[in-house]
Amino acid sequence: MKGGKRRRPAGGEPRRPASRLRPADIGPVAVLGLASRPVRAALSAVGVALGIATMVAVLGISSSSRAQLVAQIDALGTNLLTVAPGRSFGGQDVTLPAQAPAMVARIGPVLGASAVGDVNAQVYRNNRISPANTNAIAVYSAGTGLLRTLQGQLARGAFLDAATERYPAVVLGTDAAAALGVDRADGMVQVWLGNRWFSVIGIMRPLPLAPELNRTALIGYPVAERLLHASAAPVEIYVRTDPANVDAVATVLAATADPAAPQNVSVDDPITALTARADATAAFQGLFLALGAVALLVGGIGIANVMVIAVLERRGEIGLRRALGARRLHMAVQFATEATLLAGCGGVAGAILGGFTTTVYASSRHWDAVVPVPVLLAAAGIALLVGAVAGLYPALRAARLVPAEALRLS
Amino acid sequence: MIDDTANALQLTGVTKEHPGSPPVSALRSVTVTIRTGEFVAIAGPSGSGKSTMLAIAGTLERPTAGRVRVAGLAVDSLPDHALSGVRAARIGFVFQQFFLIPGLTAVENVATGLLYRGVPARQRRQAAADALAEVGLADRAGHRPAELSGGECQRVAIARALVGRPAVILADEPTGSLDSATSAGILGLLAELNRRGATILVVTHNPEIAEAAGRVIRLRDGRIEHDSGPA
Repeated sequence: MKGGKRRRPAGGEPRRPASRLRPADIGPVAVLGLASRPVRAALSAVGVALGIATMVAVLGISSSSRAQLVAQIDALGTNLLTVAPGRSFGGQDVTLPAQAPAMVARIGPVLGASAVGDVNAQVYRNNRISPANTNAIAVYSAGTGLLRTLQGQLARGAFLDAATERYPAVVLGTDAAAALGVDRADGMVQVWLGNRWFSVIGIMRPLPLAPELNRTALIGYPVAERLLHASAAPVEIYVRTDPANVDAVATVLAATADPAAPQNVSVDDPITALTARADATAAFQGLFLALGAVALLVGGIGIANVMVIAVLERRGEIGLRRALGARRLHMAVQFATEATLLAGCGGVAGAILGGFTTTVYASSRHWDAVVPVPVLLAAAGIALLVGAVAGLYPALRAARLVPAEALRLS
Repeated sequence: MIDDTANALQLTGVTKEHPGSPPVSALRSVTVTIRTGEFVAIAGPSGSGKSTMLAIAGTLERPTAGRVRVAGLAVDSLPDHALSGVRAARIGFVFQQFFLIPGLTAVENVATGLLYRGVPARQRRQAAADALAEVGLADRAGHRPAELSGGECQRVAIARALVGRPAVILADEPTGSLDSATSAGILGLLAELNRRGATILVVTHNPEIAEAAGRVIRLRDGRIEHDSGPA
């Protein structure tokens, strides 16, 4: 009816009008499609939400745990070294000289050195326990400065001191105390150690830098030598150094501890072991991430399924839009955007759920919750990618629908 | 004296066969020209090819043979995306089932008539409000289809076909789902729009529409049985 308005190129056909969908209209059109079936949309986004939540929680919890560990290491100090007898060239066990702790303590930047020595004895709750039930608790002699060197803490009682190291008194590691069923350290409880009664005077908290001592019973060296004929050779020397000179000390420790056979001395850095342990637990992440990926895959298939059904149900709408001038591409974009949006909403919900799980778990362990921003960005990206892939097939179906058939004109 | 641009629609020797054995001929060599400003009814029994003719005239289907021009533009050889452009700019559709989008209000439904022409949202809405006023539903702009009567829904659909000021409005049984009183109202609206300049082609069983139209083309077995000719 407005024929006069049409422009004609000189001497040719009338201008071909183009079908155009403004980019700003793509989002609202997709939202409209999803909003028409809100419950279905929400349910179909659940799979993706669970997958993303699993991944965010796994990475968040391990990041929180790692952050906690770093804080712990910072608190414990990175300046602890251990010296232990290694093996001789021939493979025999060797011992450190009895004077090794004293010599190590004389190295300039060493702030403190404290040793434990082997005691050939077993500890039992009382003298009626079968000797075979050792509970795998080792008995060591220990210097009075050990706890300070390790920056350990006592759960109960007191550590060995100049007085108690001479008498039958014992300090238990946290696991040893639990294994023996001892929870008092006021000197009134006695344990059967090396066929004698020893009074429990202290119970240690877990020692993060020397976990091997958690399952030990520590007695003073004088009493070990006097009553149990223990050797003076240390099995482990804990060395606290000036933080600036840890490496320098490490290089001279072997020669100082055993000048005659430095090659037989093994020098270690417990912080390295602690970090390695954290990396080992990180290996578990892979399993949980794979589980999350499976949930995500299932979620993606669910979305593809729902979108295929939507294409079948909304044939009329597709036919109408084609009649209104939508191109095949516009229909494909519409359904692909709906699928992507669906997965994106699932991803956001999953990221929130994962962050919440991380926070709850971390606070239950008294950690600071850490959810790295790159993890959240990656989660959003993965969710959108899943949606885009899931929407591909339904989008093609929508694009291929013949408009006249969709409208039941033919 | 016949200028192409004065023709809203031109079908020349249009044949449509649906594949099968034997193939079914829905249209057999139909030649018809609809001039700008005409109100044409296509009548005929079921299966006579009315809807196929509408689909081909509306570029929703391609003919097996023959030529189609919409507002002077030959559409036979155009690729699919170009046909979409022709529909967006030159053709308005009205269907028996209305095909309104349930989640949108009346004015938003009308505005979708301009969605695929790249018109900004604000202008779409303004044009939609104007078109809605033209069909007498200005006061129902904010209602959703579920809150409208069948006749009102069809008026919204007509406004949607009208909003882009197409070269021709193609209506497929527009009163097919309505009672006779409501049908009369829709018929009056179509006649009024035609008086104001709209070119309208209606496929119908309804004899009243056929009477109201200035020209009636009767189809039978895919052929034009009778054409009352331009008024």
